[in-house]
Amino acid sequence: MNYLVIIIGAILVNNIVLMQFLGICPFLGVSKRLSTAIGMTGAVAFVMVLATIVTYLIQTFILDAFGLAYLQTIAFILVIASLVQLVEIILKKVSPALYQALGIFLPLITTNCAILGVAILTIQKEFNLVEGVIFAVSHAIGFGLALMIFAGIREHLDLQDVPKGLKGTPIALISAGILAMAFMGFSGLV
Amino acid sequence: MNQWKNFSKGFIKENPVFVLLLGMCPTLGVTSSAINGLGMGLATTFVLLMSNIVVSLIKSLIPDKVRIPSFIVIIASFVTVVQLVMQAYLPSLYQSLGLFIPLIVVNCIVLGRAEAFASKNNLLTSAVDGLGIGLGFTFALVLLGGIRELLGSGKLFDITIYSENYVTLLFVLAPGAFIVLGYLIAIINRIKKD
Amino acid sequence: MAKRESTFINMVVTLFAVTFIAAAALGFVHDLTKDAIELAKMKAENEAIEKVLPAFEELGESWKVPVGETGDSLEIFPAYQGDEMVGIAVKTFTNNGFSGYISIMAGFDTSGKIYGYEVLEHEETPGLGSKMNEWFRNTEKPNQNVIGKNPEDFRFEVTKDGGDIDAITASTITSRAFIDALVRAFEAYKGNVNAISGATE
Repeated sequence: MNYLVIIIGAILVNNIVLMQFLGICPFLGVSKRLSTAIGMTGAVAFVMVLATIVTYLIQTFILDAFGLAYLQTIAFILVIASLVQLVEIILKKVSPALYQALGIFLPLITTNCAILGVAILTIQKEFNLVEGVIFAVSHAIGFGLALMIFAGIREHLDLQDVPKGLKGTPIALISAGILAMAFMGFSGLV
Repeated sequence: MNQWKNFSKGFIKENPVFVLLLGMCPTLGVTSSAINGLGMGLATTFVLLMSNIVVSLIKSLIPDKVRIPSFIVIIASFVTVVQLVMQAYLPSLYQSLGLFIPLIVVNCIVLGRAEAFASKNNLLTSAVDGLGIGLGFTFALVLLGGIRELLGSGKLFDITIYSENYVTLLFVLAPGAFIVLGYLIAIINRIKKD
Repeated sequence: MAKRESTFINMVVTLFAVTFIAAAALGFVHDLTKDAIELAKMKAENEAIEKVLPAFEELGESWKVPVGETGDSLEIFPAYQGDEMVGIAVKTFTNNGFSGYISIMAGFDTSGKIYGYEVLEHEETPGLGSKMNEWFRNTEKPNQNVIGKNPEDFRFEVTKDGGDIDAITASTITSRAFIDALVRAFEAYKGNVNAISGATE
C-alpha cells in the first residue's frame, strides 16, 4: 500500500484520537499542560512502535503458525504491559523529572487503547512489518498532534470565562468535538 | 456493606463515565446507536463481573508485585471469551462493535475496579460492585447512544422515530460524540449538585 | 489471609500459572465455539449469495482466483439449477474505501450482467458512504443503478472520472472503492465463466 497514503491517513484523515476515539483517557488527562503532553507523546510513541513490531512478530511466528489466533488479546496486552514496565525503568534512570511529571499516567499507558488498537489494526489491515512500523509511527505522530493542539487550547480555556456548569471536562469535550470537526475536513485528502 | 447501595452507586453517584470519567474510548467510539451502546455495555458488564469475582477469589494467592499483570491476564481471558461467543452467536453485533471488543481489556474501568475494589473485598461485595458499575456503564452508553442515534438518524433502536430529512448527521459522527458527552456530563454534574 | 510474599519464585510461578490456566480455559472455550463461528460465517455468506443470484438449487464448489496485479484473490461461487449454471457469485473486496476495507458479494448471471450485490463488511461513514448498499441499486435513478448492466457495456466508473455512474453525494471515495470492488469481481467472473459452464457440459 502506498506509504504516503498510510502516513497522511493515520495522522490526519483517520486521526487516532479525534476520529477513531482511541487514547481518549490520556488525551483528556494529560493535555492540561503542553510540557506534560509532549512528554506523554514521546513515551506513547516509543511503546506504540515497539509494541507494533513485537506483536506483529508474535502474531506471525507464534499465534498464526500454531493456530492460536484466539490468544491474540492476552498475548498483545502482556507485550504492552511489559514494554510499559521497561519504559518506566528506563525513564526513572534517564529522566527522573519527566518520570515524576507523568506520575500515574505512565503505568496507565498500558491501558491506552491507542496502543493496543494500533497493534490490532496492523494485523487486521494485513500490513507487512515495514508498513506496520510506518503505520505505528504515523499514528504516534497523530496522537501527539491531537494532544499538543488540545493542550494549547486547554491552556487558553483555563483563562476564559466558562459558564460554571461547563467548566472542566464538559468544555474540554466540546472543544475536542470542534477540533474533531476541523479534522474531518481532511477527509478529502486521500 | 449495604449491598443495595453498593449496587446502585454505579448508576449516578459513581457512574464510571459521567462521574469517574473512565472508559471514555468505548463511550465515544460505539455510541453511534443505542443498540451498539447496549451491546458494548453488557459485554463490558460481563467482563467486569467475572473478573471481579475471579480476582476476589484468588486475591490472597497473588504476590503484590505481579498483581497488575495477573489481573490483566484474567481480564484478557474473559474479554476473549466474549469475543468468541459474540463471533459465534451474535455476528452482526460483533461486526458493529469491531475493534472495541478486544479493547475492553484496556477499559480503565475494568482494571480499575479489580485493583481498587475486588482485590480488597470479599466475593459477594466484589461481584455486586462489578454488576452495579457495569450496568451503570451500560446505562451511560445507552443514553449517549440513544441521543446520538435519535438526533443523528431519526431512529432509536433501529425504529424510525422521525424522517431522515430532519437529522443532523454530525451527531453520529466523531464530533457529535464529544459534544453530546460534554453536555451530558455538565447536566449530570448539575443534577448531582442538587 | 495474608498475601503471598513477592519473592522472585512466587512471582514467576504465579504469573506462569495464571497465564497457563487462562490459556487452557480459553482453548476450551475456543473449541466449544469453533464450529458455531464457522457456521455463522457460512450462513452470512450463503444468505448473501442467495440475495445476489437468481434462484438456484445448489452451489458448486467455490475456489479462489487471482485478480489484478496486487496479488489479491477473490472467491467465486458458481450456482446451479439442476445441471445448468445460473450464475456466479463473487466475494470481492477493496481496501480503497474511505475507512479502508469494504467487502461485497456480487452476483452475475450467465450473460455477464450484474444480477445483484450485497455489501458485507465496511466501516464507511454512516449516512454517507454507508448508503452504498442502497444507492447503486436504485431503479428509479438509472444513472446510479448498476443492477442489470453488463460491465462491458458501459464505462464502469464515477462520472467525475469520466464514467457513467453517479457517485454517492459527498462520498466519491466510497463510490470509487465500491466500483473498484465490483470491477474486480467482474474480472474474476469473466476469467472463469467459460471454464465453469464448459465443465458442466
